[in-house]
Amino acid sequence: MILVQQVLVKMENIHKSFPGVKALDNGQFELRAGEVHALVGENGAGKSTLMKILTGIYTPDKGKIYYKGNEVQFSSPRSALDMGISIIHQEFNLVPHLTVAQNIYIGREPRKHKLLLDERQINRQTQELLDTLNIDLDPRDKVMDLPVAAQQMVEIAKAVSYNSEVLVMDEPTAALADNEIEQLFAIIRRLKSNGVGIIYISHRLEELKQITDRISVLRDGSYIDTVETKDTDVNQIISMMVGRELYEDFSDEPVQDSGEVVLEVRNMTRRDGRIKDVSFTLKKGEILGFAGLLGAGRTELARALFGADPLVSGEVYLRGRKVSISSPADAASMGIGYLSEDRRHLGLALGLDVTSNVGITNYEEFKGTLGWVKGRELKGSVKNLVDVLNIKTPSIDQRVANLSGGNQQKCVIAKWLLRDSDILIFDEPTRGIDVGAKHEIYKLLNDLAAEGKSIIMISSDLPEVLRMSHRIIVMCEGRITGELSRKEASQESIMSYATAL
Amino acid sequence: MSTELAKRRGSLMKSESKQKLLAFSSLLVMIIVFSIASPNFATFSNFVGILLSTAVVGILATGVTFIIITGGIDLSIGTVMTFCSVIAGVLITFWGLPIWVGVAGAILSGMMAGLINGLLISKMRLPAFIATLGMQMIAAGLNLVISGSRPIYFLHEPKFRLIAMGTLFGIPYSVFLFFGLAIIASIVLGRTVFGRYTYSIGSNEEATRLSGINVDRWKIAVYVLGGFFYGVAGVVMASRLNSAQPALGVGYELEAIAAVVIGGASLSGGSGTILGTIIGAFIMSVLTNGLRILSIPQEWQTVVIGSIVILAVYTDIIRRRKE
Repeated sequence: MILVQQVLVKMENIHKSFPGVKALDNGQFELRAGEVHALVGENGAGKSTLMKILTGIYTPDKGKIYYKGNEVQFSSPRSALDMGISIIHQEFNLVPHLTVAQNIYIGREPRKHKLLLDERQINRQTQELLDTLNIDLDPRDKVMDLPVAAQQMVEIAKAVSYNSEVLVMDEPTAALADNEIEQLFAIIRRLKSNGVGIIYISHRLEELKQITDRISVLRDGSYIDTVETKDTDVNQIISMMVGRELYEDFSDEPVQDSGEVVLEVRNMTRRDGRIKDVSFTLKKGEILGFAGLLGAGRTELARALFGADPLVSGEVYLRGRKVSISSPADAASMGIGYLSEDRRHLGLALGLDVTSNVGITNYEEFKGTLGWVKGRELKGSVKNLVDVLNIKTPSIDQRVANLSGGNQQKCVIAKWLLRDSDILIFDEPTRGIDVGAKHEIYKLLNDLAAEGKSIIMISSDLPEVLRMSHRIIVMCEGRITGELSRKEASQESIMSYATAL
Repeated sequence: MSTELAKRRGSLMKSESKQKLLAFSSLLVMIIVFSIASPNFATFSNFVGILLSTAVVGILATGVTFIIITGGIDLSIGTVMTFCSVIAGVLITFWGLPIWVGVAGAILSGMMAGLINGLLISKMRLPAFIATLGMQMIAAGLNLVISGSRPIYFLHEPKFRLIAMGTLFGIPYSVFLFFGLAIIASIVLGRTVFGRYTYSIGSNEEATRLSGINVDRWKIAVYVLGGFFYGVAGVVMASRLNSAQPALGVGYELEAIAAVVIGGASLSGGSGTILGTIIGAFIMSVLTNGLRILSIPQEWQTVVIGSIVILAVYTDIIRRRKE
């Protein structure tokens, strides 16, 4: 333990606005050496903005930042980094075509004779770094060939390699499985004992108990409070974050399913072999959970079913009728909607406005003579969905890039509701989304199922799967290894099937 | 209602209209400066000359605007345009067919070239740069082969020349054609489903595909539409010169692309407007014309225009960064 906990960072009265959005209105934060300090808040509460200001990505409109007692101004990410502040972003910033080692030492590569890159040296340095962090990776592997969890580990190693005194981790566990989270926590504890201050942003509030010392809460861009983790329980934090009642309607017995099979998949195998001989059925009004470890083939199954990736074999029956789905356009026309796990890259056109993003699935319905878009009717429908889903945006002409993650996700949901799809495939619907928006999405899923829509929900969050699903299918290495009713299912039973092969 | 409108102005529309305003005011400044600098600039006949010389590049640029908004590029613009002129020459002069057949044949051949570009890019997954570079060279070669490397004149059909050069109130028909097409294109891009898909594909092609849109089909359509405009431009060009000049063509693609870019479109796709493109085309032709009237040597004119392209795009980047 450090004797006197030196204050490393102090941020006071930080303000920041973007066109149409007030992101921060009196943001505050204090970080001591050797502490893990959680920063929590709903989407759009200003966490990321505050951290981007701390790491020199944004400049604040107003406010002061002190680093070890001295007032500082960061003009660029580089200047913050040189000062000893590094950040692990929620979205990876790795160069896919370079190796692990090249990514970690990018911009400060060891050289021979000042001119030539010293590949041997860079690989050796990386190997040492990975060894001290207990990360099992080959420095010579290309990042693009690594699974997401391994890429996350590369990001962590990269941030650690700067020997920074302040390390910001934005949702570091979003892509990690349980054992990898343990590994990450071990790394955090080691850094902490070396006096590094860690700012930890996470939506998984259960984790905070395990790893953090203090918790600061932001809401709607304003600082709410800072509390000691050991004196606080999760519900207190949630109420500080949300400031309103939550939807708590999970424990309801599932709506009795009608038994009508809407979708049946038989012996589906992908051309790349990432799913093999998969068969299952989906009933009307059902939420069918898909559980499994990362890389189990759940997303691959969803994409294949949606026609986004090619199959070698398999049959799909919609309401008993055999259909052929060879493209997303086919799937959409048959009433199937797919909400990708990667909403920023695969779900939205970030540079366009809310109307264009929501409208894209169903312009055909708003098409007049000669392909004219009936602008008023389209906007009316989009506006209606924005209200129903409670999407927080200044107007439907706002660029979706300016919305928070939870609101972006709701835009993706709105797309498929506009199309009136009756089979919806949700891939990680609450990834990177704060607890308030998460509950709204749970409520939405239940409401949709109650309306008679059939839902496939892929999720790596086991409590979420258990809570939401009427029935759970477990996958492992591209195959279905188990099917559980809501009654039979438990974290243990799911995990045993998920690791069955 | 009025607050709704105010909000709207405050978001997406603002950046686009700002760029147009900037481009438009630079165009006005240029016109004023040249008018002061030379008495020969602000004359009716010189303005008609500017309009006439903008028409061809303007029509080409209008066509390629759609392609650039999808995030694509077309390097075959110039030689395909000439290919269309040559086809018109073959049909009208060599085969003695009526003018309208020649015009239709020219436009159809432009669309055919666009169809091939579109198929190569969407179905065969070739990068647009490569596919259209290949098409540029193929068309350049075919132009010489078909015409026997000699200009084809439209001497026995004097009416053909009227398409571009016939006048109404002293203004050539080709100028009306240019503005007419630009207005239609602007409506298609801004108000139709096709226009929406064009922006959406350029902003995020994969997300658009996963929204159930047949992206391949719309990309092909965009290149075919481009080809339509090159065909019209080919007819106008041939009519203006009263001949199909088979060696002409290379260089027009870059002028057209420059006009689009000066007009505020991004080569990475997702943004751009027809009005911007038209202003961009006029900035280039006014500049060329003004510099010529001031007796700046041809070589230096090119240098200036190159610098303007860089400057225009740079100011656009600065503006976007500020937002």
